[in-house]
Amino acid sequence: MARQRIIQAVNDALIEEMARDPKVILFGEDVEIGLFGDTRSLHAKFGPARVRNTPISENLLTGMAVGAAAAGYRVIAHLMFANFIYTGFDSIANQAAKLRFMTGGQLRLPITYIAVYGGGKSIAAQHSDTPYPLLMNLGGINVVVPSSPADAKGLLKASIRNDNPTFFLQAGGRGGEQGEVPEGEYLTPLGQAEVKRGGTDATIVAIGAMLRPALRAAESLQKESGLSVEVVDPRSLVPLDEATILASVAKTGRLVVVDEARDRCSAASHIAAVVCDKGFASLRAPVKRVTVADVAMPYAPSLEKLVFPDTQRIAAAVTEVMQYGRS
Amino acid sequence: MSRMPVEARAQIDDARLIALLERMLLIRRVEERLGEEFKAGSLPGGVHLYIGEEAIAVGVCAQLADTDWIASTHRGHGHFLAKGGDPKAMVAEIYGRKTGICRGMGGSMHVADVSKGILGANGIVGAGISLMTGAALAAQLDGQGAVAVCFFGDGAAGQGVLMEALNVGALWKLPLVLVCENNGYSEYTRGDAVTAGVIADRAKPYGVPGVVIDGNDIFEVWQATAAALGRARRGQGPTLIEARTYRMRGHIEAEAAFLQGGTYRSQEEIEHWKQHDPIDRLARGLQADRVIDSDALARIEQRIGAQVQGAFEFAEQSELPDIAQVSEYMFSGQRP
Repeated sequence: MARQRIIQAVNDALIEEMARDPKVILFGEDVEIGLFGDTRSLHAKFGPARVRNTPISENLLTGMAVGAAAAGYRVIAHLMFANFIYTGFDSIANQAAKLRFMTGGQLRLPITYIAVYGGGKSIAAQHSDTPYPLLMNLGGINVVVPSSPADAKGLLKASIRNDNPTFFLQAGGRGGEQGEVPEGEYLTPLGQAEVKRGGTDATIVAIGAMLRPALRAAESLQKESGLSVEVVDPRSLVPLDEATILASVAKTGRLVVVDEARDRCSAASHIAAVVCDKGFASLRAPVKRVTVADVAMPYAPSLEKLVFPDTQRIAAAVTEVMQYGRS
Repeated sequence: MSRMPVEARAQIDDARLIALLERMLLIRRVEERLGEEFKAGSLPGGVHLYIGEEAIAVGVCAQLADTDWIASTHRGHGHFLAKGGDPKAMVAEIYGRKTGICRGMGGSMHVADVSKGILGANGIVGAGISLMTGAALAAQLDGQGAVAVCFFGDGAAGQGVLMEALNVGALWKLPLVLVCENNGYSEYTRGDAVTAGVIADRAKPYGVPGVVIDGNDIFEVWQATAAALGRARRGQGPTLIEARTYRMRGHIEAEAAFLQGGTYRSQEEIEHWKQHDPIDRLARGLQADRVIDSDALARIEQRIGAQVQGAFEFAEQSELPDIAQVSEYMFSGQRP
C-alpha cells in the first residue's frame, strides 16, 4: 500500500499497463509533458512511438483511436477536458460505439478515452461539463468514474484491458484527496459497485467526486440525527451494477442519488428510474436527485459553489426522504 | 495539381489486365442487379451505387494485400468487392440476412470484412479518414510494410478532418493513401458550388503530394496508386489522389421518388460521361491490343452472371437474423 492522490494512481496504472503490454499506445494533446500529471514520465519510459503528442485535432484523434484499435492496438486517447469530446464526438458516437455492432461482431475495439470532467475549478462552462449521461446513452461505450485513488488505479487497469471502448472520467482538480493504493497488479472489475459505508435508514448513491460530500453528509446525519445512511459508489455507470443498488434500497427503502451532471437525463435520473422500475415495492419515499441545475457552470466561484451539489444539499435531501409520509 | 504520364499499361501483365476487367464487371453486374431489386422492392433499405466509378476501387485495391486496410464510403460496394469481399456475403448483408457479412447488422452502407482489411463502408461522410489515419499509425508501429487507404468522396473534402489527417500524416510520415473519388456531386449539389479550388491541392501546404487523375482510366489509377503505395511503404508519408469520375446513377436509388421531378443534372451530361465509361474503355483497349477477344469476354460475362445469380439466390434463401444478435454484438466479452 502507498498513500497516493488519484492522479498518481492513474500515472502508475498507465505505466504498469504500458510495461505489461507492448500493444498499449497512448496519444493526445500535451501527453508528453503530462499536463495533469497523469501521463508524466510515459514518453521518457516508453518512447516517442508509443507515446505521442497530437495536434489539437479531437475530430481526428478520437477516430484514430478506433482505427488503431481495429488494427490490433490497445489505445489510450487522452482528451484532456471532457468538454473536448464534443469536438471529437462523431468518432465516439458513430464509430467507436457502433462499429463492432455494425460489423456483426467482427471487431474488438480496446480503447480507453481519458478525460477530466466536472466543475469546482472556476474555469467556466466550456471546461466544467460532466458529459457521462450523453456517453451512457450511446450504448456501445463503457463509462467509468472512479472516486478514490485505489479505484482509479484498479478501474483504469481494467479499462485498458477491456476489449471495448471505455471512457475513464477523472474528476479534475479534485483528485487531490489521498488514499491507500495497492501496489502492483490491482484490478477493479467494471460493473461492480461498492458499498462505501453501511447503513439501514437511507441509501445515497454518489458518483465520482460526489462520494466525498456524500460520505460527509452521511457522517453528519449519523452524528446529528442518529441516522444510519448507506453510501454506494457505482464505480462504473456502463455497465451499471443495478443489483447492489437495488439490494441497498431493499434494505433502506429510501434513495438519494448524487450526481454532478445537469439534472435532465442525468445518471441520477437513470438510476432513479431503474430503482422506481425494479425496486418500487421497497421504496418508502420518492427517490430524490441531488444534481446540478440545468444551467451552464458559472465562472464566479461564489456561484459555482451554489450550483454544485454539496454536503448540505445532500444531507437536506436525505432528511427530506426520511420525513416523507411522517408530517 | 499535376498529371502523370501513363506508363502503367506496360507494367501489368495480360492475366492481370483481364482480372482487373473481370473485377470491374463483377462490381457493375452486382450493382445493376441491386438497382433492379431495389426497384422491385426486394431490398429493405436504399442503395448508393458505384456504377461508373469502378476503375478507382479496382485499380487501387488490386495492389493491396489483406493486411492493408481500407475504409470506404456510403457508396462502398465497389471497394468491398474490389478488395476481395465475398459477393454472396455482401448481397446477403444488403438483404438483411443472418448470413450477411455483418450478420444483418450493418446493411449496404456498412459492408465490412475485417479479415480482408476492409474496415467497412461508412455512413458518415469523411469518417473513414480518421479511422485510416489510426490504422496507418498501427501499420507504422507494426513495421511490416502495411498501408492504410481511405476512399472518400468530393463531399468529404468539406470535412475538416481531411486537413487534420494531412497534418498528422505529414508530421508522422504515416503510410496513408487518401483517395478522393470526385464524382462531381455532393449528393444533389454540384461540386463546384460547395468545393472551392482543387481538392488535390489541399495536400500542398502540408508538403504532401496531391495528384489529379482521370478516375475512369484504370491505368492512371494504377500508376498513381503504385506511386503512393511506394511512398507510404518507404516511410515517406501520405499521398492525396483526386480521381475525377462520374456517378452514373443517382445519389441513392430511391431519389426519383423524393425529387418528384426535380433535376440537378442534365441528361446531356450523363450521356457525355457514358462515352467515358471505365469498363468500356478498358474492354475496348484490351480488345484492340488483342489481350482479350469477344468470345473470352462473353465467357467472363457468363461466369459473372452465374456468380451474381448465385449471390442473390443465396441472399434470398438465407434466414433472417435473430434478436439475440442485437445484444450479442454491442460489446466484446461477457457483461457483468
